[in-house]
Amino acid sequence: MSPDDWILDIQNLFIDYRTKRGNLHAVHDASLRIRPGESVAVIGESGCGKTTLAASIVKMLPLNADIRSGSITYKPRKGKSVSIHSSSEQTMRTLRWSEIVMMFQASQSSFNPVTKIYTQFLDTARAHRMKLTSQQVLKRSRELLELVYLNGDAVLNSYPHELSGGMKQRTLIALSLLLDPQLIILDEPTTALDLITQKRILLLLNSLRKSHNFSMIFITHDLGIVTQLADRVVTMYAGAVVEDSPSSEFFADPKHPYSVGLLRAIPKLNAAFEHLYSIPGSTPDLVRRIDGCLFSPRCEHSHDRCLREVPQLRSVGGHRLAACHLYEEVTV
Amino acid sequence: MSLIEVRDLTKTFPYKNSTVTILRGINLSIEEGETLCVVGESGCGKTTFGKILAGLHSCSGGSYRYDGQEVNTFTKKQSVSFRRNMQLIHQNPYESLNPSSMVFDMISAPLKHHRKIRNFSELYRETAALLEMVGLTPVEDFIDKYPTYLSGGQRQRVSIARVLSMNPKSIVVDEATSMIDTSMRISLLDTLKRIQRELKVSYLYITHDLALGRYFAWEHRLAVMYLGQIVELGPTPKLIGDPLHPYTKAILSAGDIEGRESYDLKGVDIPSFHALPPGCSLSPRCPQMIEGVCTVTEPVLSDIGDGRWVSCHLYREE
Repeated sequence: MSPDDWILDIQNLFIDYRTKRGNLHAVHDASLRIRPGESVAVIGESGCGKTTLAASIVKMLPLNADIRSGSITYKPRKGKSVSIHSSSEQTMRTLRWSEIVMMFQASQSSFNPVTKIYTQFLDTARAHRMKLTSQQVLKRSRELLELVYLNGDAVLNSYPHELSGGMKQRTLIALSLLLDPQLIILDEPTTALDLITQKRILLLLNSLRKSHNFSMIFITHDLGIVTQLADRVVTMYAGAVVEDSPSSEFFADPKHPYSVGLLRAIPKLNAAFEHLYSIPGSTPDLVRRIDGCLFSPRCEHSHDRCLREVPQLRSVGGHRLAACHLYEEVTV
Repeated sequence: MSLIEVRDLTKTFPYKNSTVTILRGINLSIEEGETLCVVGESGCGKTTFGKILAGLHSCSGGSYRYDGQEVNTFTKKQSVSFRRNMQLIHQNPYESLNPSSMVFDMISAPLKHHRKIRNFSELYRETAALLEMVGLTPVEDFIDKYPTYLSGGQRQRVSIARVLSMNPKSIVVDEATSMIDTSMRISLLDTLKRIQRELKVSYLYITHDLALGRYFAWEHRLAVMYLGQIVELGPTPKLIGDPLHPYTKAILSAGDIEGRESYDLKGVDIPSFHALPPGCSLSPRCPQMIEGVCTVTEPVLSDIGDGRWVSCHLYREE
């Protein structure tokens, strides 16, 4: 896997929401590149733009959102690259679910409550013109359901309300693998699940990722998930990517002051309490943007330059990127 | 005598043409100035339990004594004083505050009604003192704001100030930090801890996040709930450091503590309240299940010394 090999490339993306108070800059100069087979966690607090960024990848932004500038390019397994921000709804319909799967928050409620599960597997196959007979589709569905530790026949013949939350989540994972996608985006995949089910599903996703060879982006504010699942951690703050680091290095030595604060703000089951604290201040207003670094009002290292100049995301050594004036650019 | 004393408490809800029992014999007590943290997964009955303690639901069976008096048999006067002494902080501060009233009105209304303070300057002084106590300073910046201008953490502080205006003896805190940004949770919990030291108030803290519960109740006690029963109860450091009940072991292991042996339950799914297994309700998932014992007899929460209680046949005295 060469570092230049990628399947999704987001460059300098700006997304605004039109609101009564004026334009809300939800995503501000975000850049991100996903490599084949990679698992990337996007972390940040509510309102930092992580869900907006994910929705823009499948072009499912709310109606009051505008992509102001930047580009999103997707490279399918076969064929040439697609520029998502300028492609038609028709192109997107064929891409969604067959190439890029988006699982929204509380995705257990994405099933149609009035039809049995098998109908929903068949409908998915038919909508994407799979060249298989119904019997073949059902056979494959059964195999996929068994892969996620479910009783295939029983689940296919159930209505969604007959399954528990964890079972629905796993059924959805099976359904998402039906068309063999290359990229799966999970928005808060486990918030509605308890700790034990959560751990099972994460381990399952990780092993499926290797056996079925897809990439994953998952959006979360639960750092416990991240340690178990991610190769790379992308931290977002106020619409911008502020740090992009390999997972192990991120937890051992976070670079951006916001990442440091976020790691210190989350109690762990085995750590002492002395390091725990809350980042002072609150998240900035995204309608009236201040000059300079958006984190500067809450940052203990803030100095003159931070108030004047927005730091750019740049290499700070190794495979790590950070947007902070504390770090001078490291050229490799 | 404990402030809150609960014995064999049950709660049954009507369901279709029959009933479903959500709380199945809860036994615990909370002392004055103490924190009890209840941890459990979603749907285990912890919020129902909180509502019963707060007096929003009545219990179906067993006994709930507050300050030595059975809550079901309160006279009107006692019931008014119970409602004053027992307060509830809701989970979602975006819904629990009236969007059309100012912070001052929200906090001064209970002062007017219950403490009979009518003089404006006195009301203002009291309200300002409460805002200061919950850390909303400088007070002038917050006292005339509407909730829309406040962040989640600030809103939750307003609802704490509103609750404190009643000068309560005990507060039920139901997942009070789950809607607040991660970077601000700790300071809110610290505020609650400081208030406890200053006012000697008791907390029932309900959460699904074991790590938060560990932090908040470190000097106090923790209870683990599974399918409407308390399965383990004890001093927080002991319960986290040396868990006894298989379910506690499993949730701690799922929390991924390095250096701790991994401990997994069998199967993936929680039984539903409508089809509970016979015997111990964890038995179908428990790796240490004893055939012929756990599948037949229901264990009871028993004292095993050191202030620890566990409901499991593995620790039963012969």
